Amino acid sequence: MQARKEAVKASIREELALQNAQELMNKANEKCFQKCVTKPGSSLSSAEETCLSRCLERYLEAFDTVSKTYIARLSRERLERNSTNLSD
Amino acid sequence: AEQKEIGTFIENEQAQARVHSSIHSFTGICWDKCVTSTPSTSFSRAESTCLANCVDRFLDSSLFMVKQIENRRQ
Repeated sequence: MQARKEAVKASIREELALQNAQELMNKANEKCFQKCVTKPGSSLSSAEETCLSRCLERYLEAFDTVSKTYIARLSRERLERNSTNLSD
Repeated sequence: AEQKEIGTFIENEQAQARVHSSIHSFTGICWDKCVTSTPSTSFSRAESTCLANCVDRFLDSSLFMVKQIENRRQ
């Protein structure tokens, strides 16, 4: 019974993680297409492919920076809220 | 008791999903604002600084706007 419950929870977490990854890929593609493919031709040029490849690396880097900054901010605000509550 | 466990689990997953959604949103906003040139093999110093500051300034703006609205109402 317990194992079944854990399996359900795990599959929900997996589904949410997959959605998160898909969102990341969709946004990276959107931003990088905008930056790298200025005039869509009959195929991707090698210059465009190089640009896309670099762009993806940079986008993931930006995502990482934003992620860390935001989570740090949430922690900070939670600490501030807790210390204000204690001093009341 | 099992209802409660499921409820807590769902609440936690939803809270986490909201955080992820915000991160995607902020990444898009900050990318548009900070990464102005063609992507290269690393960010320039200016771009890195911009990205590091962006989220905090966006949230500060948001808080500021709320205060402004509250002031208007008074």
